[in-house]
Amino acid sequence: MEELVNLFHGFAVVLQPYNIMLMIIGILLGVIIGVLPGLGGANGVAILLPLTFSMSPTSAIIMLSCIYWGALFGGAITSILFNIPGEPWSVATTFDGHPMARNGRAGEALTAAFTSSFVGALFAVIMITLLAPLVASFALRFGPAEKFSVFFLAFCSFIGMGKEPPAKTIAAMMIGFVMAAVGLDSITGNLRLTFGFTNLINGFDFLIAVIGLFGIGEILLTMEEGLSFQGRAAVINPTVVWRTWKELPRYWKTSLTSCLVGCWMGISPAGATPASFMSYGIAKRSSSNGEAFGTGQIEGVIAPETAAHAAGTSALLPMLALGVPGSPTAAVLLGGLMIWGLQPGPLLFVEQKEFVWGLIASMYLGNLMGLIIVLTCVPLFAAILKVPFSIIGPVILVFCAIGAYTVHNSTFDVALMLIFGILGYVMKKCDYPLAPLVLAIVLGDKAEEAFRQSMLASQGNLGVFFSNGLVGTIMTLGLAMLFWQPLQTVFARLRGQ
Amino acid sequence: MNEIETSGGPSRRGVEAGVALATVAFGLLAAFGSLLVGIGWGVEGPKSGFFPFYIGCVVIVAGLINLLAARRHPKGQLFAAWPQLRLVLAVVVPTAVYVAAIPWLGLYVCSIVLIAAFMVFQGKYRPIFAIALSAGIVVVTFATFEWWFLVPLPKGPIEELLGL
Amino acid sequence: MFRAAGLLMAIALTMGGGVPVWAAAWQPTRPVEFIVPAGTGGGADQMARVIQGIVTKHNLMPTAMVVINKAGGAGGEGFLDIKASRGNPHKLVITLSNLFTTPLATGIPVSWKDMTPVAMMALDEFVLWVNAEKPYKTAAEYVAAMKAAPPGQFKMGGTGSKQEDQIITVAMERLTGVKMTYIPYKGGGEVAVQLVGNHVDSTVNNPIEAVAQWRAGKLRPLCVFDKIVLPVTDKIAGDMAWSDIPTCESQGLNIQYLMLRGIFMPPGATKEQVQYYVDLLEKVRATPEWKQLMHDGAFNPTFMTGDHYAAWVDTEDNRHRDLMKEAGFLAGN
Repeated sequence: MEELVNLFHGFAVVLQPYNIMLMIIGILLGVIIGVLPGLGGANGVAILLPLTFSMSPTSAIIMLSCIYWGALFGGAITSILFNIPGEPWSVATTFDGHPMARNGRAGEALTAAFTSSFVGALFAVIMITLLAPLVASFALRFGPAEKFSVFFLAFCSFIGMGKEPPAKTIAAMMIGFVMAAVGLDSITGNLRLTFGFTNLINGFDFLIAVIGLFGIGEILLTMEEGLSFQGRAAVINPTVVWRTWKELPRYWKTSLTSCLVGCWMGISPAGATPASFMSYGIAKRSSSNGEAFGTGQIEGVIAPETAAHAAGTSALLPMLALGVPGSPTAAVLLGGLMIWGLQPGPLLFVEQKEFVWGLIASMYLGNLMGLIIVLTCVPLFAAILKVPFSIIGPVILVFCAIGAYTVHNSTFDVALMLIFGILGYVMKKCDYPLAPLVLAIVLGDKAEEAFRQSMLASQGNLGVFFSNGLVGTIMTLGLAMLFWQPLQTVFARLRGQ
Repeated sequence: MNEIETSGGPSRRGVEAGVALATVAFGLLAAFGSLLVGIGWGVEGPKSGFFPFYIGCVVIVAGLINLLAARRHPKGQLFAAWPQLRLVLAVVVPTAVYVAAIPWLGLYVCSIVLIAAFMVFQGKYRPIFAIALSAGIVVVTFATFEWWFLVPLPKGPIEELLGL
Repeated sequence: MFRAAGLLMAIALTMGGGVPVWAAAWQPTRPVEFIVPAGTGGGADQMARVIQGIVTKHNLMPTAMVVINKAGGAGGEGFLDIKASRGNPHKLVITLSNLFTTPLATGIPVSWKDMTPVAMMALDEFVLWVNAEKPYKTAAEYVAAMKAAPPGQFKMGGTGSKQEDQIITVAMERLTGVKMTYIPYKGGGEVAVQLVGNHVDSTVNNPIEAVAQWRAGKLRPLCVFDKIVLPVTDKIAGDMAWSDIPTCESQGLNIQYLMLRGIFMPPGATKEQVQYYVDLLEKVRATPEWKQLMHDGAFNPTFMTGDHYAAWVDTEDNRHRDLMKEAGFLAGN
């Protein structure tokens, strides 16, 4: 009950006109950051920092957190329109979002993505409001073994689901794992697989791989088809939002599952990326038209977007309570706290009540405001596809180059991006799935690190992965997912008898 | 349509085999690199090269399977027709030149040339219009990144000359 | 104090930009990139962001300052970037001990001699922490428990591999003769949280990384790896202050380790450019926000510039070479 009183007090703080104005500025800036590759939350802060010193900490954090929401919304736009995910958790959105855009349904895909983001975030904020203390203590139970089990589950729920030949799926995924291993081995502190090239000490960054494989690869495919981009034929209709909204409630089951998956992944510090992949995998398996996933199914947009945003939002809670940022954008918020002398930690909730509840209230309102802003812009975003490909194509190339360059400020990475692009084109033509490769690049080194930390802690005893209820359950779930298809056939047969 | 069908192109079989062989080579490289850092399983769990080594081995095996499977594609099947590949190369080659030129001329100048050239040669726009539009886009990009967001992108002699 | 700082600043400003007399007054003309060779949320990152905040808030520089994390290759990425930016006066880097350890452990071709030393901002302390639920009240009790358990039973969590945290762990192993299991994590904040969650038995977190958990009664400091106790006497948790933490030496663990929080710039910087940043950092040090940070994080606020600083760094470099060699952490081992 006390929480609710605090929350309403928080709403009163946020709803001052001045703070609402700051929210709008923050969201617009965040959307720009989300759309332009090469810009991150840190850049947003660099611009807004001078402004924030004249504000109270609460007003300032409202504005900074709205950059966070704006960037979350903005990430979906390039994924859907150009097949270029700007953040790891937008990768799964491209699987069905971009095919939808190619089929002339960009407006629907964007509306579904934005609305799902909002639903996921809202679900997570409600959970934070009601369960804050519980959630923080749950996060503490995640040691290395638990973290590994979560990554294992993410892999298991995603693989073995494509139409591609198994040997090709395995080859793609394993190549991804090798790429993830390049660079510094964080457990021993040694370099590996760099063969003496200093350019390789950073390893293969996810963003460069994805801009190349997905973005450049897509442009090459479009070129091959003779510059015909069917998305252009789409009629942009302002009523697209309403039409899509009428359709969305039908998928409430997918939404709910994705919310739960997302919240869970967000609290356990695994984060939004495994959440989006896992949720996509689960939706594909449980949906009645799962076979059609990847060709532009609206459910394939709803699932990853909902989960990613539920995770991104619920991850803020452990961050505030424990002081560990889950993503670079979250680190921006944390940096914001520190500048005002607020120490993130267990006592933040006790000593800085007004601040914390102001922030939580701004999560509700910032998301709502963000949704309204991005939805009104849907026709505008979709209209970008109307620009002839001979103009938008090279512009996308330039922005891909900028995005690749800014990862490490290195022109070597731009060349690497082009190589990944050609690789993506050839792989796609030869029926090699790209998603397992990207999943392995994103999560491979984290999974290996968690595995080896667990091995260190247990002194080489593999039993650690079943040593307590939590980790045992997640591992068992993972194994069940891995053998889902064989199990299903067994069940089907049993039922048949 | 007819032109594409009759013009020929690299065979699907050949490209599949090439990709599979490249996969095998990649796997060998990974396994070799792992051997350099140790592939054992010590008291404290796996060493640096343990996972990459065995994953590299799996890559080799998967590559070999794909190599065998490449023969399953019918003989006449094309990877892509030459006119199609010519279109693809019309992006790859200019982009490669673009990437190679960035360290010398800076990103902005190269971008103006890339966008304008693409518009003129692929889109058949008038050169004046193409240059004006591409310069406009790049100037907006410059203002956004360099002034507003304070992100320094590679610059060349022309920016130096202009004192930007 | 306030007034003095303001006066100092006023004088500095007049000298720096107001009167265009002797041409020595170099000023940045572009945004200054402040490179952090570590991830977000760590000690170096926090300090860089506070400096950025102070510079912006007090308008100490005509252009903006942008903090950029380049954590790849245990910070090697950031140092290589500085090394490659010869003559670029619009770049700074904040260092931690990986300035010494990363080149030694990985063989990445970079050394402090490839950079221009600007100033030492502070030295960061290390404290031995355990979970507050555990029965050990002193370092001596903890060491006794370690000795009673089978080797490798006690787990030490730390930031990175073959870096400062592991150097201290190896030193502890040598002194006590007990083998510990060292588990590397990505950042100091994460290490502290793993200790709160009882996934490791102890850590050697910097004060600022663990202070929030200490205040909340989740962690307990046992001793500080310094010759003298910490200077901050405000009560932090219950009736304990930083100054109440005994030195490790007094607990039978004769280990001292301090970490450099210093600023460097690319090679080939002119005297005027270095002087500009030295003056800037002096102004930063005079602000109340900086004093607050030094106080909160119980830093050792030693400030050094010029040859003193270079000599100090050189000594430290040699010391790390010896420490890393003893521990078997050199590249190729």
